[in-house]
Amino acid sequence: MKFKRKSNIESKISTSSMPDIIFMLLIFFMVTTVLREYSGLPISLPKAERIEKLESKRHTAHIWVSKDGLISIEDKLFNEDDVRHIMYEKRASDPQLTVSLKADLAARMETISNIHNELRKADALKLNYSTKVKAPTQ
Amino acid sequence: MALRERKARVGAIPEGGMADIAFLLLVFFLVTTTIDMDKGLGIILPAEGQELEINKKNILNCLISSSGNVLLGGEPVELKDIHRKVKDEIRKNDKLIVSVKAHEKAQYDVYVEVLDQLKMANATRISIAETE
Repeated sequence: MKFKRKSNIESKISTSSMPDIIFMLLIFFMVTTVLREYSGLPISLPKAERIEKLESKRHTAHIWVSKDGLISIEDKLFNEDDVRHIMYEKRASDPQLTVSLKADLAARMETISNIHNELRKADALKLNYSTKVKAPTQ
Repeated sequence: MALRERKARVGAIPEGGMADIAFLLLVFFLVTTTIDMDKGLGIILPAEGQELEINKKNILNCLISSSGNVLLGGEPVELKDIHRKVKDEIRKNDKLIVSVKAHEKAQYDVYVEVLDQLKMANATRISIAETE
């Protein structure tokens, strides 16, 4: 027995709005991705196990320290004594600021310690030593 | 006339390829964006002028020499064993503060390793002394 068709409406998903959907996804990705802003200095980061992720890229300021003791912030070289001024300004404009210290594994502790002091003077106290992931040994 | 017929054609841009173009762009952006989240050891520096006097009993000194050797409470110790020893010390005295002091010529990676070990030992009270 043949059933009679109740309606002749064609059931097709319209594909005409497909480009719109894709474009929306595209725009979403373009807006949400923060491109790497600064190239910094050539360094090889030390490795650590108990690492944390930085909360947000937007509230992060990077300081690069090469093994020769050069300090770079926003691709400009600074003396140790000038770090406090630029970090103070950054801290004032963003109270949630975290400083990410990207120092070479062969950097000397003298430089690191001076940066500690500068950051303390600039009241930028949240510090993160940028490291690579090391496989757990335990 | 044949010429006139040709002119009458409607010039429309095909819309069918639009989705493909948009997809291609999307894939391009997905591939090229590297979501490299910054990872590292977090620490909170003490505010300027907030130095506290601490009872010597509650301090465990951790010295890093210029050659990368570590002295924990006056005894030389292997980097890998720091977390075990510190854990023991903390079990004995829960008010313990680990004071990390590095020689100014010490290398940064030793310092990071020591901090990592202290984090492994769940030492929350870490003090970073100035270099000498």
